[in-house]
Amino acid sequence: MMRGLLAFVVLIGIVLGKETFEGHQVLRIVPKDDFQLSAIKKLEDMMEVDFWREVSDVNTPVDVRVSVHSLPSVKMYLKTQNIKYSIMIKDLQAMLDEEQEEMKSAACVSELRNTDKFVYSRYHTLSEIYSFQDMLVAENPKLVSKIVIGPSFEGRPLNILKFSTGGTNRPAIWIDTGIHSREWVTQASGTWFAKKIVTDYGRDPSLTAILNKMDIFLEIVTNPDGFAYTHSNDRLWRKTRKPNPGTTCVGVDPNRNWDAGFGGPGSSNDPCLQTYRGPRANSESEVRSIVTFVKSHNNFKAFISIHSYSQLLLYPFGFTPMPISNRAELNTLAQRAVTDLASLYGTQYRFGSVIDTIYQASGGSIDWAYTQGIRYSYTFELRDTGRFGFLLPADQIIPTARETWLALMTIMDHTLKNPY
Amino acid sequence: MATGELNPNHYPAQRAAKVVQHYLTTRYGSPYRLFGVQKVHSGNAEDVADTGRKYQLEISVHEIISNVTQTCSAEVFFPRGETQSSPHVQASCEELLKTDTKAQEEALYQQYKTNQGLLSSQRLPDSYGHIEPDMKPFWHLGILASSFIMLNESTENTLYNMAQVANITQLATENEQLKFDCHTLLHDMVSQEIIHWKMLFTWSPGEGVKVLQKEQLPHCHHCEKPPNTN
Repeated sequence: MMRGLLAFVVLIGIVLGKETFEGHQVLRIVPKDDFQLSAIKKLEDMMEVDFWREVSDVNTPVDVRVSVHSLPSVKMYLKTQNIKYSIMIKDLQAMLDEEQEEMKSAACVSELRNTDKFVYSRYHTLSEIYSFQDMLVAENPKLVSKIVIGPSFEGRPLNILKFSTGGTNRPAIWIDTGIHSREWVTQASGTWFAKKIVTDYGRDPSLTAILNKMDIFLEIVTNPDGFAYTHSNDRLWRKTRKPNPGTTCVGVDPNRNWDAGFGGPGSSNDPCLQTYRGPRANSESEVRSIVTFVKSHNNFKAFISIHSYSQLLLYPFGFTPMPISNRAELNTLAQRAVTDLASLYGTQYRFGSVIDTIYQASGGSIDWAYTQGIRYSYTFELRDTGRFGFLLPADQIIPTARETWLALMTIMDHTLKNPY
Repeated sequence: MATGELNPNHYPAQRAAKVVQHYLTTRYGSPYRLFGVQKVHSGNAEDVADTGRKYQLEISVHEIISNVTQTCSAEVFFPRGETQSSPHVQASCEELLKTDTKAQEEALYQQYKTNQGLLSSQRLPDSYGHIEPDMKPFWHLGILASSFIMLNESTENTLYNMAQVANITQLATENEQLKFDCHTLLHDMVSQEIIHWKMLFTWSPGEGVKVLQKEQLPHCHHCEKPPNTN
């Protein structure tokens, strides 16, 4: 409310030319009875008095801006009428000047100048993350590029960052975060991973070896409509934001929408539920765009989807108890990855197939990726195990990202060393 | 359903262990004593005639505030029947209960028994996972009260955590207890649903939490309002 009023006041100032509001005060007056009510109304006839909140009822506050010249007479008037008032703003110009300063510095803070100044230990909005992506590309044009793989339902760009040192269609690693929008530590970690990659290339031997032979594709905000909604309306929103015909219930679970065991047990056909699979596989643009991209690229060797919470590292399948052909390999690799993860802060992860470890889930991304022939397909569930759950304190973002990165490196390193 | 020796890393034992956590919280929890399952070491499940299913578990339980961990044995029985019935739990975890929280509880009690205004707080934690230090005990009280519901509602096909205290308001009382009206959001990992519950409960250091009334709120799908600015 204040912002709107402020803008109005400033506008009036501009319109009236050189007027300043030095010494002007805003008084709050509460009429106690009808006599006082009409007495206050009479103020309207006075010059240089302007009502910010009009007279209405007894006991309802009235806010009035009084110019410095009229102040003595207005206050005298109120006193003779026995009308109590309080001074809401002592000097309007001073307050306006202060607000201007604040707005300037706020603009500076939110203005992303470079990715070194980006605060990784805070949760960010969609536009901040998108700005970060553009900054990262601008700062590292030889290593990073941005590809828009499609639109979200509400028309937002689905951005992926490509990390590549050259070659043509090199074997590649896919990482996505934020497919379920409420899992905020994942988008935050994805942002940190992006910066980590550009920082470590040329410095860390393992990452450098990976990027010299392979490309990494990272989709940080895989469900931007959902993510925007978690900021504006419902922090615990999970699904996409596509309306469903015949119901007020919105959204499809993007991790039940993939073409792997689609429609089977482990997803719902009720649009009002959190695990609603959608009307058909790939009905969601957010999913279809990735499918199209991965299929046309045709050279992905690892596919990693990152979620929260539960502290798990999972391999396929979710839709069926049938073991994958390289189960022993993925199991051993998972064990190594979680051991490496734990080495940093002692964070304990369990591991196993989706269906054994967490629940049966059909239409999931890594099941699809695996059935496409991508042998190193994993899902992470990051911190914590339920104490904070989705509402993980921001001071855990960087520790989570750092420990997870160790596990990711183990998987990527193994992928590099086991070409197929 | 898995029977006999269970893989402790798989979900059947994990879900049963979470029920033990809720049980311990309702029995022994306080604003200064809260439990988490650190690890399931072993588990066993068997059908009990037609009446239900019994789990036996060896788990490590962690008291979060004093940071003490203890291995405990527990038994969880999930009744099977026409009507939904709560699980029955037995657990021995004596070491964990030795943490002395009396002084802190008394201080909290006195502070809110005698203060002029009645406490009212929203969104614990907030969207960013933040809780003001002064408000932590009320987050904990929300967890305590929610644990009664989570224990009651648990089955072999659920895994509950409290996602957020949407609102907790202190009410005036004529007796010794502190009284609260509380709206919490529970998260069931298996269905991924967020379930809203409203509760009326009392607390005092001597009596612990007593839930007077509880009510599940239907979730209105087209009613998502913009949250209060933080």
